Amino acid sequence: MATDTRVILICSGKGGVGKTTLTANLGISLARQGLTTAVLDADFGLRNLDLLLGLENRIVYTAQEVLEEECRLDQALVKHKQESNLSLLPAGNPRMLDWLKPDDMKRIVDMLKEQFNYVLIDCPAGVEDGFKNAMAASQEAIVVTNPEVSAVRDADRVIGLLNTNSIKPVQLVLNRVRPKMMANQEMLSIEDVTDILALPLLGLVLEDEQVIVSTNRGEPLTLNSVNSPAAKCYLNIAKRLQGENIPLIDPLEESSGFGAKFRRLMQTKIF
Amino acid sequence: MTMTLRDIINKLLRRQPASASTARERLQLVLAHDRSDLSTELLDQMRKEILEVVAKYVEIDVDEGAVSLETEDRMTALVANLPIKRTMTGQIQLKEPTNQSEEETESTDQKS
Ligand SMILES: Nc1ncnc2c1ncn2[C@@H]1O[C@H](COP(=O)(O)OP(=O)(O)O)[C@@H](O)[C@H]1O
Ligand SMILES: [Mg+2]
Repeated sequence: MATDTRVILICSGKGGVGKTTLTANLGISLARQGLTTAVLDADFGLRNLDLLLGLENRIVYTAQEVLEEECRLDQALVKHKQESNLSLLPAGNPRMLDWLKPDDMKRIVDMLKEQFNYVLIDCPAGVEDGFKNAMAASQEAIVVTNPEVSAVRDADRVIGLLNTNSIKPVQLVLNRVRPKMMANQEMLSIEDVTDILALPLLGLVLEDEQVIVSTNRGEPLTLNSVNSPAAKCYLNIAKRLQGENIPLIDPLEESSGFGAKFRRLMQTKIF
Repeated sequence: MTMTLRDIINKLLRRQPASASTARERLQLVLAHDRSDLSTELLDQMRKEILEVVAKYVEIDVDEGAVSLETEDRMTALVANLPIKRTMTGQIQLKEPTNQSEEETESTDQKS
């Protein structure tokens, strides 16, 4: 039995910024480090975590049957084929949204805490009931955002709610970073986003076509393509969660040569 | 507000600023409002009343006066920037005292 389980909410406000992809890849990476990890799909309306993990055909029961006491927790948990330390608790029927209460989420998470070192909760978009239920069961949070005005604005709403509900620590993951656009100052910089949101940065994830390829296959990048740019980022985030001191990659270093040097010069702060 | 070398060159060449600095400024403004839950009407009302109060004491440039929300480190501040008009000699221009008690003392002075 795990005693000091970390229950982490993975949320963003805006949809489509990369929560589910992060949950899947963090789940794999933590499991790789020998940590027993449960990923809980709390996006009951639009569940996807099963698909990203390639587990969609192995679901028998879901969180719904567990709550209704129609099955035991271990009957509903789907163990990952290659990473046996990782299990998925699938989302139930979208109609669950009609009756699910914060206490139901707490009950599920309390059960998971007995068996796992980490519980990662893949949160639905928005700041309504689905988000609030998931938040009620969490201790800490990772806010995922993109360097875009709408994503940052929505992240700010969510951070406000996390703060009033005493969730801590709250850390930031900046996803879909494009080094070249940042260097040309046509994309909010890392510093811009961390300054505006006033959150510590857990890590950034580079924009990477391989993310789509891995989604097609149902094999998270961190499983088989550990050398792709985004996979390295996800692995680093998992290590930092575990307290390892891994320096951040500098997106400007990613592009090299004279062009990059010039772009770096142009970014010099004058005042 | 920070400015980079690129921002300055763009300014000198009268080019549009790179979009990241525009994004940063727009976000800072919209978040100050999101975080405070103050509507623009309420803020306008406050601006008007603050200006009225201050105008009782010093001569201010009403057209230049601005009251705005600024936010940093998740702390939101109401910032009033009210340029005070100066006299020819460079002194701050105080208003003639206008309240009742002062007027009364003035009139008694004249009698004696
Ligand atoms: N770093 C990345 N590079 C490229 N595409 C990404 C990246 N992260 C996420 N995506 C893509 O963005 C889309 C939304 O991601 P998803 O994880 O489902 O977001 P959310 O769960 O927040 O709605 C998906 O199509 C995914 O493949
Ligand atoms: Mg999702």
